[in-house]
Amino acid sequence: MWCEWPGAFIGLEVLEKYGCRMASGFGLTMYLVAISFGLGLFIGLGLAVAKLRGGRISAALIHGYTTFFRGTPLLVQLFLIYYGLGSIRLFWQDVGLWWFFRDPTYCCLLAFTLNTAAYQAEIFRGALSSLPSGQAEAARALGMRPLPIFLKIEIPLAMIVALRPLGNELIVMIKASALASLVTLFDLMGATRFAFARSFDLSIYLVAALIYLCLVEIIRRLWDGMEHRLTRHLVLR
Amino acid sequence: MEKYLTLLSFGPEGWGLALLQGAWITISIALATVPFGLTLGLLVALGKRSRSYPIRLISTLYTTIFRGVPELLTLYVIYFGIQLLVQRLWKFLGFESSIEMSPFFAGMVALGVVLAAFSAEVWLGALNAIQKGQREAASSLGLTRFQAFRLVVFPQLMRVALPGLGNNWMVLLKETSLVSVITLQDTMFIATRANVVTKEPFLFFGVAAMIYLTFSMLSTWGFGKLEERANRGYVRAR
Repeated sequence: MWCEWPGAFIGLEVLEKYGCRMASGFGLTMYLVAISFGLGLFIGLGLAVAKLRGGRISAALIHGYTTFFRGTPLLVQLFLIYYGLGSIRLFWQDVGLWWFFRDPTYCCLLAFTLNTAAYQAEIFRGALSSLPSGQAEAARALGMRPLPIFLKIEIPLAMIVALRPLGNELIVMIKASALASLVTLFDLMGATRFAFARSFDLSIYLVAALIYLCLVEIIRRLWDGMEHRLTRHLVLR
Repeated sequence: MEKYLTLLSFGPEGWGLALLQGAWITISIALATVPFGLTLGLLVALGKRSRSYPIRLISTLYTTIFRGVPELLTLYVIYFGIQLLVQRLWKFLGFESSIEMSPFFAGMVALGVVLAAFSAEVWLGALNAIQKGQREAASSLGLTRFQAFRLVVFPQLMRVALPGLGNNWMVLLKETSLVSVITLQDTMFIATRANVVTKEPFLFFGVAAMIYLTFSMLSTWGFGKLEERANRGYVRAR
């Protein structure tokens, strides 16, 4: 198998033996992060708009949501969902959602999505409220409808401000996804813990650290490129 | 309802006292980490501005590594790594008995090392915000580089760095929940154990969430006060 090659190549026995587990763990980590961050993007944007444009009640509810999810550790939220919601089995069986809460992968996805959506909502709220009001007013004076104003004027402008914090949030999510290993999942961290428990070879942790580090570095480079593209019309970079 | 109150009471069947002790451990490890983490962070930030290339390289590598690796992984590596190292040293010195590192110390080192990496970026930003003229004025008064830093730059640094360090503190507070995996008996550890014994996950993880939320909100309030105090010499533009 190809996944045994890197270990064989650098002569690290433990990596050769558990290389395939590490590879599938890496896949699970990517899957968890991609889905939760992607969903969080839409939910976060929706919450930010609802908080800025909605009524007082929706603003208060969203404030409570973001305060809770940003004020408590992700680990607590994950356990609340995995153990807490998983404990009312009869209820979920009645409403036909037991398949969802039985599976630690879905519980992880739910916890990660709710958590990152709260952080992203604050990022988008900050970015949207930092826009000078003249931009939207000018667009309205040109006869644009509210939706195109939002999609074609406000979002691109807000993205310039929001891009960097969003990149940081993605990096935080990649690192936080290691918590999935605490609810029996074999993500990259879970596979590494498994390999260590079997081999007692600490170097497997260093390999995992290197993989995470590369991932974060790639995201950083990618984000620099995206920022460069979004601000290409600005003189001062 | 009464069942829940009994479970949270301070009596023999209640988990109230254990949870309070857990909350105490949470806040103590967070507070114990701060002096170590912030000092190391400031040193790393100064290292990044050093004239010597190797020191700059090491500082940059340090922040890149510890900001990019999951905290859980850092915690495991330090807990198991230092344990192995100390045990080897112990054997090397000729002692027969084995030695155990306390999870509190391991947790403090791991969280401190990560806090240092993140706070170094904050310190660096604050150092850059202090105008060059301040240092030049200090050196024209005959102060050495160290004196200029201690007497002129550092007192101003705190004010600029405070909001960023406040964020670092909030992240740290939440990260302390990870030390429960190396068996330190913090809030999270007690809640997990209470859940295993009583099968009431909602109650105990909910209480744990409330404990963390209380600490977070108190910190937000406290940092607001601190910032107000730090900025008392400055008029805010209205």
